[in-house]
Amino acid sequence: MNKLFLKRLCIAILLFLLTPLARAQSATSNIDETMRSHDKIYVVMTVCIVILVVFFLYLIRIDNKVSKKEKSA
Amino acid sequence: MKLKWWKILCIVFLLITFTAGFLIPVPIIGNLHQSIRNFFFHVPMWFGQMGLLTLSLAYSIAYLRTQNLKHDIYASEFAKTGIIFGILGLATGSIWAKYTWGEFWSNDPKQIAAAIAVLIYLAYIVLRSSMTDMDKRARVSSVYNIFAYFIYIPLIMILPRLVQSLHPGGMEGAKGGGNPALGGDSLDATMRMIFWPAVFGWLLLGIWISSLKIRLSLLANKNLIHE
Repeated sequence: MNKLFLKRLCIAILLFLLTPLARAQSATSNIDETMRSHDKIYVVMTVCIVILVVFFLYLIRIDNKVSKKEKSA
Repeated sequence: MKLKWWKILCIVFLLITFTAGFLIPVPIIGNLHQSIRNFFFHVPMWFGQMGLLTLSLAYSIAYLRTQNLKHDIYASEFAKTGIIFGILGLATGSIWAKYTWGEFWSNDPKQIAAAIAVLIYLAYIVLRSSMTDMDKRARVSSVYNIFAYFIYIPLIMILPRLVQSLHPGGMEGAKGGGNPALGGDSLDATMRMIFWPAVFGWLLLGIWISSLKIRLSLLANKNLIHE
């Protein structure tokens, strides 16, 4: 088994573990209540955090690519 | 994959800013209402930009002292990220201005001075790209960068304070009453606790982005740089 396969396996297991969490939340609609309170400011906050996190992931990816290039050069 | 500690710190600081910045209770001052939360986003970005341009200045001086092209690459990339931050600062500032001062652009001294400051740094990029000789470009643009920094600081820090301005920090009696300054007593302790992580978060983000561009540029000019 190579490293990449292990990494993917770990992510898959992690996602599997998260599914009951998602279902539990939709059953009690907890997240819905939170998002609707305070004039829906939490919706704006969540949107901003999603943008920020995706940009960070992108930045980390670019960082890794540059590191790889530095090593091969 | 291992991230350096300051990159993790950057992520943590900005996540704190983006959660606490929306959640903590804020004092209601003047006509700002909830838009005072921009204080966690617009203002720290300018602080971060100042940090980046100061780094750029330091590397320009280092270039002139050592004649090492590496330092010139550092200086130019920090300045470029600084310009991006400056443009974002102007844009976010005018959105905020629309809903507190009434206009996107009210020819306020702070706005005009900040725009000129960004233009001066844009001229730095134009100057760089106008020369093909690497050493000449590095030397001339380093000298220009030092000049630019010492006109940039008076433009955004000193001049707007000497005249009447809508922007906080201006002289008393601005047209339309203006906003009370967002400094000194009008900030409560919780706001400060979010503000400073935000400053360092944005600064570290700027350094991170610049460092990637620096590393690419160093790779591209590998044969020209001697340690």
